[in-house]
Amino acid sequence: MISFNKVSKNYNHHEVLKDISFKIAPKEFVSIVGRSGTGKTTIIKLLMAEERPTKGRIVFGQYDVTKLKSHQLPELRRHMGVVFQDFKLLPKKTAYENIIFTLEVAGRSQKEAEEIALQALELVGLIDMKNNFINELSGGEKQRLAIARAMVNQPDLIIADEPTGNLDPSNTLGVINLLLKINELGTTVILATHNKEIVNHIEKRVISIEDGRIIKDEEKGRYFLV
Amino acid sequence: MITTLYRIIKYGFQNFWRNYLISIATVLVLFLSAAGFLGLLIFGAVGSKAISSVQERIDISVYFKPDAPEDDILKIKEGLRGLPEVRSVEYISKDEALEIFKKRHAYDNVIYQAIEELNVNPLSASLNIKAYDPGQYSLIASYFEVEAFKNIIDKITYSENYLIINRLARIVSLGEQGGLMLTLILAIIAAIVAFNAVLLAIYSNKEEIAIMRLVGASNTFIRSPYIFVGMIYGFLAAFLAMVVFTPFVYFISPYIEVFIPTTDLWFYFLGNFFKFFGYCLLFSMSISVVSSIVVVKRYLNV
Repeated sequence: MISFNKVSKNYNHHEVLKDISFKIAPKEFVSIVGRSGTGKTTIIKLLMAEERPTKGRIVFGQYDVTKLKSHQLPELRRHMGVVFQDFKLLPKKTAYENIIFTLEVAGRSQKEAEEIALQALELVGLIDMKNNFINELSGGEKQRLAIARAMVNQPDLIIADEPTGNLDPSNTLGVINLLLKINELGTTVILATHNKEIVNHIEKRVISIEDGRIIKDEEKGRYFLV
Repeated sequence: MITTLYRIIKYGFQNFWRNYLISIATVLVLFLSAAGFLGLLIFGAVGSKAISSVQERIDISVYFKPDAPEDDILKIKEGLRGLPEVRSVEYISKDEALEIFKKRHAYDNVIYQAIEELNVNPLSASLNIKAYDPGQYSLIASYFEVEAFKNIIDKITYSENYLIINRLARIVSLGEQGGLMLTLILAIIAAIVAFNAVLLAIYSNKEEIAIMRLVGASNTFIRSPYIFVGMIYGFLAAFLAMVVFTPFVYFISPYIEVFIPTTDLWFYFLGNFFKFFGYCLLFSMSISVVSSIVVVKRYLNV
């Protein structure tokens, strides 16, 4: 269960999020939509405790995110898998090492980590590129690798922040279908996007944000913003 | 525990090799700092040898009148030994003084024959006194300003050499203080330079550190490989400094010996090789490890 309760966030006296509240149940697929700069990424950063809210309370499962200390953040983040628009893969590691690193961080044994990493690469179709460095992968391959990394530790939640922003239509569809499949297997997914086609294709819950406020929250919603 | 150690070492070496240009640059800067530090250590050793060589040459001699009873002189010697400022007291009897004189002038026939023709020993018994600190000679000299001693003491060379001894004492003291200050200042400069090199090396990884935090890596998991890389930098820098300094010391040793005759720098360097390496290793490793800890901490706030 994720809950945002009257959360506001200011940057230099500019209010980016204004008193927003919502709840997300386990196994839900939720799209957070809105134009660039409306606060979608801020919501994700607050959920990951990369930023702290100016006001309000955020709860993720057993964690009161707003009260976590810096040394407690790694534990919180191991329950989440994150996919970013700019991939945020470790540039000096190979595809395989990127996955292994995430598994090692979670304290998996070496043998277990190696097995899971190979399975994950197989699943996202990158097994033949396991020894490629990040700069040797295409945008679509990088995003599939990022998804593989996000899901290897079987997190409770996958957060995807504009995951298709840098992809062509065919790769976009591939990534969205992968996220849907992960959700079907029981993982909560939060997708932040301003891509109308994707949102309308998914046909799941949509939270629409404009000017830092939630203006619509509906099941099987559609992207209605202009 | 072993798995964690294995991962720290694995990622440490990976960081080192995959950023090899930055690693080489950092090791070279650290090497310069370590070489500077090693140079200061060796310069300090040569300096203190020079200082102690000067100190060895400073003493005061008390010459006694020819009729001064030997028992009285030996009593004075015992009294001097009890003074905390006195490092050593050597008694040279009249006969010993003559022997020394003869040996010194063995090849000077005129003087030697003149002494042989004299039926009496013209030389005086004396006490040669060395102090722990050159500044304490005036205190020791004041010991003889007692009426009872004036009857048996012929002369004290201290008052004759007063100016030279004091000047030497000042030079020795300034040399020690100045050397320490210079060592400290240069060591701090070397440390700052090395710190900046490590800062730049880790700065190039700041994005990677932020990503590691986002995927749930703990601070220790992120920091440890960088500390290990810092240890590699430190070790290589100290090792290189020793490799460069060994032939250098061998080459300059004869020239040093010309200036300070009792100093065989090469022999001293070899005899203390592992001590020098240890100090150098401690210096470069502690700088690089502390720098790594401080710099990584700056980028762990994501």
